Amino acid sequence: MSTLAAAWDWLADPAHWSGDDGIRHRLLQHLVLTVVCLLLSCLIALPVALVLGHLGKGGALAVNLSNIGRAVPTFAVLVLLLLTPVGRWGEGPTVVALVLFAVPPLLTNAYVGMREVDRGVVRAARGMGMTGRQLLFRVELPLSLPLLLNGVRIAAVQLVATATLAALAGGGGLGRIITAGFNLASTPQVVAGALLVAGFALVVEGVFETAERLAPAWARGGR
Amino acid sequence: MTAPPDDCLARNEWICGAYLSSRRQILLDALVQHVQLTFLSVLIGLVVAVPLAVLARRWSWAAGPVLAVTTVLYTIPSLAMFSLLLPLYGLSAGLVVAGLVLYSLTLLVRNILAGLRAVPEETRQAARGLGYGPVRLLLTVELPLALPAAMAGLRIATVSAVSLVTVGAIVGFGGLGNLIYAGMNTYFKAQVLTASVLCVLIAVAADLLLLGAQRLITPWTRAARA
Repeated sequence: MSTLAAAWDWLADPAHWSGDDGIRHRLLQHLVLTVVCLLLSCLIALPVALVLGHLGKGGALAVNLSNIGRAVPTFAVLVLLLLTPVGRWGEGPTVVALVLFAVPPLLTNAYVGMREVDRGVVRAARGMGMTGRQLLFRVELPLSLPLLLNGVRIAAVQLVATATLAALAGGGGLGRIITAGFNLASTPQVVAGALLVAGFALVVEGVFETAERLAPAWARGGR
Repeated sequence: MTAPPDDCLARNEWICGAYLSSRRQILLDALVQHVQLTFLSVLIGLVVAVPLAVLARRWSWAAGPVLAVTTVLYTIPSLAMFSLLLPLYGLSAGLVVAGLVLYSLTLLVRNILAGLRAVPEETRQAARGLGYGPVRLLLTVELPLALPAAMAGLRIATVSAVSLVTVGAIVGFGGLGNLIYAGMNTYFKAQVLTASVLCVLIAVAADLLLLGAQRLITPWTRAARA
């Protein structure tokens, strides 16, 4: 309990909130990294998944990608990127690693969502004379939205975790408070940093949870 | 003074045979630690997850809280999880194992519960009609039928654990992660790449082993498909 109290004191100290190493700056860095990389990953993964799902091709790739993503250690990828030329552009390795680990859940979920659209509905839409493009945007995309959004949620949680790990490889974000705490052998700071990270991750999860509750019934899906 | 040797170690190349032969023992030790940490945490996770899933199945009011708690645990990033356990375990292997157990718990409980819930009601009633008591029903009907889903969860949990062990390097017990961490600080490319590749190989080997085990213990799933 005394460690928790010490961690609380550390958090309550205004000196720890200001400056470049301060909590406020780290929090902002973490938020920007997460949001920018989520947008970037969506831009990369979703068009590919929608086209592949619409054509019904590349299923093995889309499904295996998330298995591979799970087997490759995030930390190893961060360090490998740091040692390549990418490592020279500041947050480069962090951004690349974040996107690499957010793409598989996005791609897999969007693809599976597209393929799980009732084939009878697709055939009916074709029978009504819909073109491929109309079919994609008016039938398949709306019906696959629940699974697709679930993928976005998984990717967001994954991004928060990866951004934390980036601190081990010299990146910015809230993880830096933890690694700095380890370097100073200050358990209160380590625990305080961990509480911040855990809180951040739970808030991200909570935002998606709330968005799902507030969404119209058709976007929530029948699952 | 002799001239520095001009081998791949001196040139700091990514792929280096001399590294493999001169650091064989270090690599082997890290590999063994990695496998031990993974095995121990998944095993403990399994021992805790099975009763939790069975309880959640038996009393449906318990399912909500059990799933909610494990989901929250899974949301916490690994670095933060290990850090939160620091006051309890200190810088020890126990900390890494405890963190990994919490992660594997989520995946295992969810999958075993899904497997138990997927047992058809008719099957349960048929067994009851044959005079099966609740314990016999659980052990000889429900759990075997939940095996495929449970094994799928076990495979995911194991592969994830192999990759998460590397984060244990922050407290000095990360198996191959220790080598990656040390290699990062000294810009030792061969060490980082070799340790990373070994990590992936362990994950793939563990996955294949479990897949083989799954086929051995659930022969009926293949017969049904054939």
